[in-house]
Amino acid sequence: MTTEPATRTRRSSGTTMAGNLRAKLIVFACFVVTGVTLLPIVMMALVAFQSDGESMAANPSFWPTSWHPENFTRIFELVPVGKYLGNTIIFAAGTTVLETITAALAAYAFARLEFRGRSLLFAIYLGTLMIPAQVTLVPLFIMVSKLQWLDTWQGMILPHAFTALGVFLLRQFFMGIPREYEDAARIDGANRWITFSRVIIPLAVPAIATLAVFKFIGQWNNLLWPLIISNSEATRTIAVGLQVFQDVNGTQWNLLLAAAAITTLPLVVIFFLTQRWFVRGITMSGLGGR
Amino acid sequence: MSTKITPAELVPRANDPATMTPRPPTKKKYRKENVNLTAWLFLLPSFLGFLVFTAFPVVAAAGISLLEWDLFSSPTFVGLANFQKLLTDEGFWASFVNTAYFTFASVPLTIITSLILALLLNQGFKYIAVFRSLLLLPYATITVSVAFVWIWMYIPQDGLINTVLSWVGISGPDWLVSETWAMPALIIMSVWKGFGFGMIIFLAGLQAIPQQLYEAAMVDGASSWARFRNVTLPMLSPSMFFVVVTSVIGSFQVFDQALIMTNGGPGTQTTTLVMSIYRAGFENYNEGYAAAQSLVLFLFILVITAAQFLNQRRLVHYDN
Repeated sequence: MTTEPATRTRRSSGTTMAGNLRAKLIVFACFVVTGVTLLPIVMMALVAFQSDGESMAANPSFWPTSWHPENFTRIFELVPVGKYLGNTIIFAAGTTVLETITAALAAYAFARLEFRGRSLLFAIYLGTLMIPAQVTLVPLFIMVSKLQWLDTWQGMILPHAFTALGVFLLRQFFMGIPREYEDAARIDGANRWITFSRVIIPLAVPAIATLAVFKFIGQWNNLLWPLIISNSEATRTIAVGLQVFQDVNGTQWNLLLAAAAITTLPLVVIFFLTQRWFVRGITMSGLGGR
Repeated sequence: MSTKITPAELVPRANDPATMTPRPPTKKKYRKENVNLTAWLFLLPSFLGFLVFTAFPVVAAAGISLLEWDLFSSPTFVGLANFQKLLTDEGFWASFVNTAYFTFASVPLTIITSLILALLLNQGFKYIAVFRSLLLLPYATITVSVAFVWIWMYIPQDGLINTVLSWVGISGPDWLVSETWAMPALIIMSVWKGFGFGMIIFLAGLQAIPQQLYEAAMVDGASSWARFRNVTLPMLSPSMFFVVVTSVIGSFQVFDQALIMTNGGPGTQTTTLVMSIYRAGFENYNEGYAAAQSLVLFLFILVITAAQFLNQRRLVHYDN
């Protein structure tokens, strides 16, 4: 990474006692900060392994006195956690796939095709970026319920599958691709669709993956929309379903936190697998905002 | 990278060999007309979705805010009555005050945390990537999931946080059930959940600062504080501005953790603006009133964002 120069300067002048001490303090500080940061996640895992009695006792215990991995299978029997997870995957993947495809197509038109009314249409797209999602919440809910789409997949997915943000991010990326690549293909007689699908898309894989990872995580996290649209097990997502474990007869902490851990685990795995894109997505959104 | 084009695709589409029309003029005309058509074919799926699910609802929200409508009976036009009701609705203003409290405490705390950690990670030592990943983990978790573990940590009697506080002789408050401490509890949790975003942006910003600036400052004998104050902060201010603007917008929309951890309570101490919209629209089925509140939320966000942009020139240093 770009931290190399700093490392080198420290090493060359850091043979002194003070330099060594400073380096050790920095590493120590990193350990402490990381430990504190990870504590809630570690506790979630620890409590999930406790017995019913231990986790529901008047005074909570931290380290499990006995380990109960069966908690993770019990939650699937008590509550349809499997169904909820499946629903969450359908919801998150459905919106992600639709959004990525439609945004890539539209972004190509905005980036490369000089059609009539382009600047005006793009300005309208951009203008809606300013509007918080809550403004469209009530009209969308009314629309979905009038269409008899409550508790259906089209009602869950379609209203969240076409955002201006996706179009904007991909358009910014497409603009940065040198035109020469396409010109070469077009001179060879390739039409727009061919240049888009065979030239632009392969070059834009990092940007598209970034958008997809962000959209997927964002929708997995979405609580409000499923909360108002889904009212049965057919479409209920895990974020909404988790609340079932709360206050039945006092909270069953071990089961609740086992379910919470299972809810967040797939995302942690995705995060570690796609970290490069995830980090790029954060910085890209930063550049987009300037 | 390789571009695979099959021979079939290389044959021009609008070419009829039978008539042998002179090619150049027709082709040119055909192409020129085609740009609009091609563009709209590319745009169509996104545009239709955008029209139906974004543009139309935005306009509709304004119309609905002028109605009294519970979705079961037919709507009645009430003019600006919903907005008049807002002005005197104590619950709404309480949620505004709570949201402002949340925003003006959580945004500075998050940004300071992000900045300190970015500076720490930027010191340059081995395994920085490992620490960066681990510190980003809260940002990659599900808000609802971690909200539950924070409820558990905030348990007043012998809960984790109060136990740790008791080690240093502090008897901790009742956190989520305390009128005074419920909001700070949500703020602490939100800082923990959100600092990763700013940390990554600041880290990218720090790594983009030219090393020569620091070297020049060292030659001038600047102390490390002076270097931070006069080199790092100004060079970082564009990133800072971006993080502040987006964090303020995000904080004004806080909902998930407040719903799960306190459900707006105790009393209305942690009821946020979005929760107020949610209650009006989807618990009391007063759609017009919910729409009016959502427009006022939009107005608040617009004003506060505009204010930040107006002060941008004074506070942000743009290097060319």
